Amino acid sequence: MRANEYVVRTKDLVKEYTMGDQTLKALNGVNLDVFKGEYISIMGPSGSGKSTLFNAIGGLDKPSSGSVFINDVDMAQLDAQELAYLRCHTIGYIFQTFNLIPVMTALENVTLPTVFAGMSTDDGIERGIELLNLVGLGERLHHKPSELSGGQQQRVAIARSLANNPSIILADEPTGNLDLNTGKEIIELLKRLNREQGVTIISATHDLKMLDVSDRIVWIRDGRIAKIEDRKDIDIRIGEMEGQGELH
Amino acid sequence: MSAESNMAEKGRAGLRRQIKLPMSKAIEIAFKSIKIRFWRSVITAAGIFLGIAFFTSVRMSGEFSMIQRKVIEAKRDAIAAGTLKPTPNDIRQVNSLATDQADAKAAEMRLKWLSIMALIVCTVGIANSMLMSVTERYKEIGTMKCLGALDGLVVKLFFIEASFLGFFSSVIGFVLGWLVISLIRLATDGVEVFGLAFWIASVKLLGLSVLVGTVLTFIATILPAMRAAQMPPAAALRVEI
Repeated sequence: MRANEYVVRTKDLVKEYTMGDQTLKALNGVNLDVFKGEYISIMGPSGSGKSTLFNAIGGLDKPSSGSVFINDVDMAQLDAQELAYLRCHTIGYIFQTFNLIPVMTALENVTLPTVFAGMSTDDGIERGIELLNLVGLGERLHHKPSELSGGQQQRVAIARSLANNPSIILADEPTGNLDLNTGKEIIELLKRLNREQGVTIISATHDLKMLDVSDRIVWIRDGRIAKIEDRKDIDIRIGEMEGQGELH
Repeated sequence: MSAESNMAEKGRAGLRRQIKLPMSKAIEIAFKSIKIRFWRSVITAAGIFLGIAFFTSVRMSGEFSMIQRKVIEAKRDAIAAGTLKPTPNDIRQVNSLATDQADAKAAEMRLKWLSIMALIVCTVGIANSMLMSVTERYKEIGTMKCLGALDGLVVKLFFIEASFLGFFSSVIGFVLGWLVISLIRLATDGVEVFGLAFWIASVKLLGLSVLVGTVLTFIATILPAMRAAQMPPAAALRVEI
């Protein structure tokens, strides 16, 4: 029964890229267990394999070997349709570049996943308004992404990721394109959703502000997990960490 | 709202459920997508309708030559049978027919060659504009897949868009090419070529032009859209243009 407490598990995850005649191991045997309701930060410098891990966990890219289990289901066993269902219902994605559909309004962007989930238009719109209110954008339902600031666009993206009540939110450098204060607000929002909605948050980042809200921090280096720390262990050393500055 | 109840709801069995997009909704999204980038769509459409207009005009002027020949031949027969009292103009036309006879085959060859050229120009124009408009949307396709869209759904959206754009652009292109050539003929040859044969040729050409335009647009859209849809989402998101 213990296995049921894990929402994500990876087993000996390897991802190789071939560049010319060279083979690059972006991930080199990653074993990671994520508990239900956890807020996890995956930290590491650029090129350490964070994003590759993000893509593998999210089913956005196939690993070369090893497995990813989401709610105890081996992702490699899923066919295209089941994978789409998983992306639609179980995982919400947040990206560094927001990736909103530029031609759609905030509300339409948030409603889109509910359309894919087969929700009726009215229910979808109601859900969309509710979520945009939740992220504090109730006044900007009909703005296009180009009419919103970076922080607001990321809020729309967060609302969109929640559209079908996922159990996991995957965030790839969610604060990477935002200034300090906006980044802080986004992190606080994610933490609030984690606390209030019980959604598991897995965030690839090199933003040290993330350390404060994370339950655990996974340090990645050269495609391997260097160490996993609990927040309570890291609190005391935070000053020391700042000394290293931005890690990239 | 809690994660626990969600997960109970979505067991392994739940994963088997399908992602559905009703046709009406798909049409709405596709149509909106054309409307929202209206000017981009117009430029894309221009690539299609200029190609089709060129194709139509070449074919139409060929049809006119043929119709005119038939008209003059009919006159010649009528004069020979004594049922038509020839005007000086009729006599000149019939005489030119005799000297033309040798050139007729060459003219026909030239027309065939021009038609093929027109088709090639048209294909390249359409392929270029549609390839561009799909390529600049790779990221959108990747994002949609992250949100749970199936490959088939993405292709379906582009299919509707392409059919719509291809069909209407072709119709506009036909009207443009047809109108220009018809007006020129009206000014130079007068009304005598605008008989039943003209209308039959026009309708046939309308069918051909719309078919060519729609099919070419369709192929030039669906191939890159399918390629993008089949990529892992991560790869589609990485594409920069």
